[in-house]
Amino acid sequence: MLFTIIIYIIAAGLLFLSFLKDKRKTKLALKKAWKAFENILPIFIVVLIIIGITLALLNTETISRLLGQQSGWFGMVVAAFIGSVTLIPGFVTFPLASALLHNGAGFMQIAVFISTSMMVGIVTLPLEVKYFSKKAAVIRNSLAIIFSFVVAIILGMVIK
Amino acid sequence: MKKTIKRYKFAIALVAINLIILAIYPSIGIKSFSITWSNTLEMLSVVPPIFVLLGLLDVWVQRETMIKLMGEKSGFIGILLAFLMGSVAAGPLYASFPIAAVLLKKGSRFSNVIIFVGAWTTTKIPLLLFETSAMGLKFMITRFLIDIPVVILIAVITDKLLNANDKKQVYDNAIAMEP
Repeated sequence: MLFTIIIYIIAAGLLFLSFLKDKRKTKLALKKAWKAFENILPIFIVVLIIIGITLALLNTETISRLLGQQSGWFGMVVAAFIGSVTLIPGFVTFPLASALLHNGAGFMQIAVFISTSMMVGIVTLPLEVKYFSKKAAVIRNSLAIIFSFVVAIILGMVIK
Repeated sequence: MKKTIKRYKFAIALVAINLIILAIYPSIGIKSFSITWSNTLEMLSVVPPIFVLLGLLDVWVQRETMIKLMGEKSGFIGILLAFLMGSVAAGPLYASFPIAAVLLKKGSRFSNVIIFVGAWTTTKIPLLLFETSAMGLKFMITRFLIDIPVVILIAVITDKLLNANDKKQVYDNAIAMEP
């Protein structure tokens, strides 16, 4: 992806600048980078495997069946649940959402799905708790779920 | 060694569960392993520059500077910076947490850090192109415009719902997470 490449270039450029200015500090920065990564690696692995198992069980057809136009509020709740628990990368979310729409899923349901899949992270909650504390993580995610519905309703009114 | 195994015990347990699934339901097991594998590759391709940046941020940006730019009294500039930093980033929600922790450690205002996480997830510029091509320009622009106040509201409400003690715990957590 283009932007990943840009981030790499920025990181490499800054690293190079840092190295020119102060070798010792640069070494320290890399050490800190590695330690921060290794610190979080065990939970990363757990999260990755949970996502793998979940997505293996839930396929596109199942999602489509649950989110049809007539599914109404129930469908929106299901959409919010799926969006919250599955951790799909953003560049998959949008094509998937569009595919679901074309396969009979409802617009509001898909809007809720998009918002929750971006803002809410249930599988990554253990990670978030570790960084922000349980209370802060739970509050942020709950608000994100509530506002996903608000955003979906406004989107539904504006676009339809 | 023993300590390492203890830290990775849940990871090891989940690999074991996945292996059991593989033995009983081979097709689901293979699918889940291949999804995990491709996500791992994606993570490994996205994450290295983020951690390098946070290392550099940690070493070069002084606490005083960060407090001035994003701290309690940073006002509009702090909010704007939080939005910009979050919006230009690449990577999923969880990749924002380590950087958020460094921002907290350096004295950023709590609500600004939550705005940063919110912007990272919803107003991310790299994703807008994907969104436009899949959902249309109107959808993208509408969602983008709604999500700016939503991100700020979530940050303000979260901030209000946490008392001084809760926030102290968040800052302590952030400090404990960093080497």
